[in-house]
Amino acid sequence: MKKCKVGIIGSGNIGTDLMYKIERSPYLEMSVMIGIDPDSDGLKRAAKRGYKTISNGIDGLMDQLDLVDIVYDATSAYAHKRHSELLTAANKKVIDLTPAAIGPFTVPPVNLREHIDQPNVNMVTCGGQATIPIIHAIHRVVPVDYAEIVATIASKSAGPGTRANIDEFTRTTAKAIEMVGGAKKGKAIIILNPAEPPIIMRDAIHVLVEEQGHEEAISKSIHEMVATVQKYVPGYQLKSEPIFDGNKVSVFIEVNGAADYLPAYAGNLDIMTAAAVQVGNEMALHLQQKEGVL
Amino acid sequence: MKLNVLDVTLRDGSHSVRHSFTVEQVRAAAKGLNASGVPYFEVSHGDGLGGSSLQYGLSKTDELKLIEAAVSECTTSQVSVLLLPGIGTKEDLQSAASLGVKMARIATHVTEADIGAQHIELARSLGLKTVGFLMMSHMAPVEKIVEQAKLFESYGAEIVYVTDSAGAMLPKDVTERISALRQALQCEIGFHAHNNLSMALANTIAAIKAGATYVDGSMRALGAGAGNTQTEVMAAVLERLGYETGIDLYNLIDTANDVIAPLMQQPQEITGSSLILGYAGVYSSFLLHAQNAAEQFGIDERDILMKVGEMKAVGGQEDLIYEVAQNLASKREVVP
Repeated sequence: MKKCKVGIIGSGNIGTDLMYKIERSPYLEMSVMIGIDPDSDGLKRAAKRGYKTISNGIDGLMDQLDLVDIVYDATSAYAHKRHSELLTAANKKVIDLTPAAIGPFTVPPVNLREHIDQPNVNMVTCGGQATIPIIHAIHRVVPVDYAEIVATIASKSAGPGTRANIDEFTRTTAKAIEMVGGAKKGKAIIILNPAEPPIIMRDAIHVLVEEQGHEEAISKSIHEMVATVQKYVPGYQLKSEPIFDGNKVSVFIEVNGAADYLPAYAGNLDIMTAAAVQVGNEMALHLQQKEGVL
Repeated sequence: MKLNVLDVTLRDGSHSVRHSFTVEQVRAAAKGLNASGVPYFEVSHGDGLGGSSLQYGLSKTDELKLIEAAVSECTTSQVSVLLLPGIGTKEDLQSAASLGVKMARIATHVTEADIGAQHIELARSLGLKTVGFLMMSHMAPVEKIVEQAKLFESYGAEIVYVTDSAGAMLPKDVTERISALRQALQCEIGFHAHNNLSMALANTIAAIKAGATYVDGSMRALGAGAGNTQTEVMAAVLERLGYETGIDLYNLIDTANDVIAPLMQQPQEITGSSLILGYAGVYSSFLLHAQNAAEQFGIDERDILMKVGEMKAVGGQEDLIYEVAQNLASKREVVP
């Protein structure tokens, strides 16, 4: 089967990590890395691995559009707006890893195929990818009135983009908790911890359910969901059994990364890029099926 | 010499009363603080704007209603709000500012000042007196604190606080940090204490001697852990030391007696557990959560706090408490 050609805009932590994961995809072929700093580590690594590199950003890519079928954007919400307009006008598929949220939210174990024919899909945030599957797992048993997540990540794994726009994390995650997770109301909190050695990404999920008494079914559903996420993020695990207190359910998870680019503590990076590859794979299949019909 | 006392009873004290302040309580306290000539006082959820949550405790009354009530009682005092980027957002700050708040304190962990840049810039553009608040200052060496304080100053902070969130510092630690900031910064410097090691007032005096011009206190010491420097005691001591605070001592004592004492849910004393907070260097608001978890899992709350301290938890990681408690309980079960 012919693979779909992939471009990655943004040669920072996320873009570089994504490159390594795309290399392992049966449906995607890493083609070009696009950055704005020719000296960036990401561009250098891409060139070394034999991929095309472009160091004058989106404008450079627009001159060589035949290099790509699908474009991942790992820049910033601000930059993404223009990237998306240019690329979708040129009929390229866009997978957005910034919190711009122009396209619909996609969290693979919840709604992988729902938006697959959209020109632009958004990957929410690392905290959203780590926690929304659990919220959905509870919601499919009993309706969730309120869901709140607290993502704690190692300071070292938060790049300058994340740091400068921390409100976008909380806002976008909270919105996706409602729209994808199913909660009537969502809230998100992010904490940076500078401890050395760096801490592994951990997430607390606190949920208020509509009625009590479904503890066994909720636990079972959560365990099934954890197994589903583990298929693409093997280091995703429950830190303890879910804690039930009246209509409140608390779940604690830890995300060990695959250490493709940053070390394993940066599970926040992995869950984002691994989820984005899932979406890319599905898009590639969809594109091929469409071509097959034609 | 003139000092600026900032009372945090209606913010840090929120932890102690499990975020249950009512409009009436806030109104009465605000009236007393204003009549006592306290220049600034803070009103927010204990974890700052937007802190109402299952993780930290839900506010019984919307904090914006409490802020509005406090502002309406002020003729000379000015109301401050606390905001922790990652918990509260710029929108929360805008809402508070529209209610007549005059000061914003942007709080980050002592090594993470850069996540507050946008919030400090917004606070300045809203015309608020703007503070950068370095939490858990005991966890970083002096050079790191200086570096982070300079970042806050570069974003536009007019005052930078050394915040002893764990009540873990001794006077020499305070002197060292404040002196270094006094040398490195142009802006004013503040100090916020917790009394877990019974050092709050001693540390506050050390801070002033080293150059701090803003100092925090709370009436009856109402605050997280063993509470803060007791405002009315601090006012009396500062007067004896020859500093000017502009505070009417009797009025302030009356407010502490008549308004704060009746609403306290437990005595604000140094319990075994709050002592452990200071000893292990743990964020003071973990105290009541550790008590709940200890009860739920039938273990010693001190063991939870020591473990959390070992794990180098930072402010906001209350979820770790329940996980640690569950793990301690399960380990105990397998021991024959």
